[in-house]
Amino acid sequence: MEKRAVFRSGWVPLAFALPQLVLILLFFYWPVAAVVDWAFTLEPPFGGPAAFVGFANFRDAFADPFYWDSVLVSLVFATVGALSAILIGLVLALAVDRHLPGTGLFRVIYILPFAVAGPAAGMAFRFILAPERGLAASLNALWPDVWNPAKYGDHALVLIIIIFVWKWSGYTFIFLLAGLQSVPRSLSEAAAMDGAGPFRRAVDVQIPLLAPTLFFLLVTMMTEGFVGSDTFGIVHAVTAGGPNRATELMVFRIVDEAFHGLNYSGASAQSIILIGLIMIFTFIQFRFIEKRVHYK
Amino acid sequence: MIQRTPLADAVTYAILMAGFLLLIGPFLMIIAGASQSLQQVNSIPFSFLPQDQFLVNVQEAWRRGDLGTAMTNSLVMAIIVVLGKIALSAMTAFAIVFFRSPARHLFFWSVFITLMLPLEVRVVPTYAVAADLLAPVKSLLSLVSSVQISVEWNLLNSYAGLTLPLVATATGTFLYRQFFMTLPDELAEAARMDGSGPVRFFFDMLLPLSRTNMLALAAIMFVYAWNQYLWPLLMVTEPPYKTAMMSLRSLLPREDATPDWNVTLAGSLLIMIPPLIVVGILQRWFVRGLVSSDK
Repeated sequence: MEKRAVFRSGWVPLAFALPQLVLILLFFYWPVAAVVDWAFTLEPPFGGPAAFVGFANFRDAFADPFYWDSVLVSLVFATVGALSAILIGLVLALAVDRHLPGTGLFRVIYILPFAVAGPAAGMAFRFILAPERGLAASLNALWPDVWNPAKYGDHALVLIIIIFVWKWSGYTFIFLLAGLQSVPRSLSEAAAMDGAGPFRRAVDVQIPLLAPTLFFLLVTMMTEGFVGSDTFGIVHAVTAGGPNRATELMVFRIVDEAFHGLNYSGASAQSIILIGLIMIFTFIQFRFIEKRVHYK
Repeated sequence: MIQRTPLADAVTYAILMAGFLLLIGPFLMIIAGASQSLQQVNSIPFSFLPQDQFLVNVQEAWRRGDLGTAMTNSLVMAIIVVLGKIALSAMTAFAIVFFRSPARHLFFWSVFITLMLPLEVRVVPTYAVAADLLAPVKSLLSLVSSVQISVEWNLLNSYAGLTLPLVATATGTFLYRQFFMTLPDELAEAARMDGSGPVRFFFDMLLPLSRTNMLALAAIMFVYAWNQYLWPLLMVTEPPYKTAMMSLRSLLPREDATPDWNVTLAGSLLIMIPPLIVVGILQRWFVRGLVSSDK
């Protein structure tokens, strides 16, 4: 949509856009170009200009078995986290959308976890789900070590997924509720006349009409799980990648590699792989899932 | 409501309560733990009853995490990001929507692409730029000549370093663009007839009209900036500039003694509160901003 009444061009639009353009050139485009540059070069150990090394940095990454572990763990984290957050948001949105008396309050408070930073939530959950105190203590008293994220890698992975899901369920809820409220009431009424109960109406009428929103959330949540700022923060504050490197997600590894290993080339190569993965996922989602999505 | 079915209603309420326990339960547990004594917080089973030690724990957390400094820094940082984001987004959207300059599509796309790659994947070179603002210039120079400059201009340990890279994406630009697109064309025409130029039109008409947008963006950006974790961790090396998120680690219980999680929880709670207040107050706009901005 173009606007008809526009002002004459000149210095004004440039002056207005310039501050943002300068900032994104400096802090976005330059760094992105540098990631690409560094991924294919290597600083020689004895000084001198960086040398072009082709795909060597990528080969190094792939040759490390821990790297494949981090890809796998990231996949599990993003997929399970995204799907769970969407499912919980969906169930809650369907429930709130029934407009029973007193349910307006829930709409207002479900979003609150979203305001909490992943690391801050993570610190609290370290206590809430600690094996020797908090909620899990009684469970561990009955069956020793049935829950011990400090000791078992898969427990630690479950822990960081729980924190991710806690934080994002209210977010998916808001989008799905907005989606539900834009579904014409007459459709549900017609289905009710045909004798469909609330559950049938949800499955056969409402959820299919939510498909575009669900699709949007799937893409957003998967991306969030892979590269979101919470993802790094949660891992860093809760498990620090452990135990035994079991929760080293890809984004955690990149930062670790760069700022502790001081391996900028390796970290840049891994950044490119991560970006590539996100693009592949987004593409797959558009290609195969969007076909089943019916836009209005 | 279309038809009343008691069973479905009961299930609905059960789901809503389960949702409440799941999403709000952790807050209740944090509050309870933050108000208990060392002995109470470590007792099994955990008691959800708040006790009277809250202020004691808060004081200890405040001291240990140096939260006075840290939370002030986070507040300053969040306010700069909020104001910077609102100003730049409104200005860029204005340039994109109301002018027919040949560069508008270039503006649009160059801004749009910034939504694709979050700070986390370009964090290493972004850090390099912030550590030496002249790094891009130096690299370009070394490409074309052998001139070397050795001046450095670094943003480490400064509010500029903490905020500028966060402002440098397009999150708000699209919110503003969408809003400007919905305004009737007659508005700009009328302004022109009255003899007001584009700059007057922007300040006297567009900005006041966009109050709703501004509040939505302010709420989102406040939460975003306050909750930044990785970037301050890299940018700040000196205690006077540390942020609230960075204090979290210093609040962790020490290994050698009985872990005082009551203090940790009190500190975490304090750090959670500012964005919760902002979202609580600006709830309506916050939600509107989320839903209409496509993030």
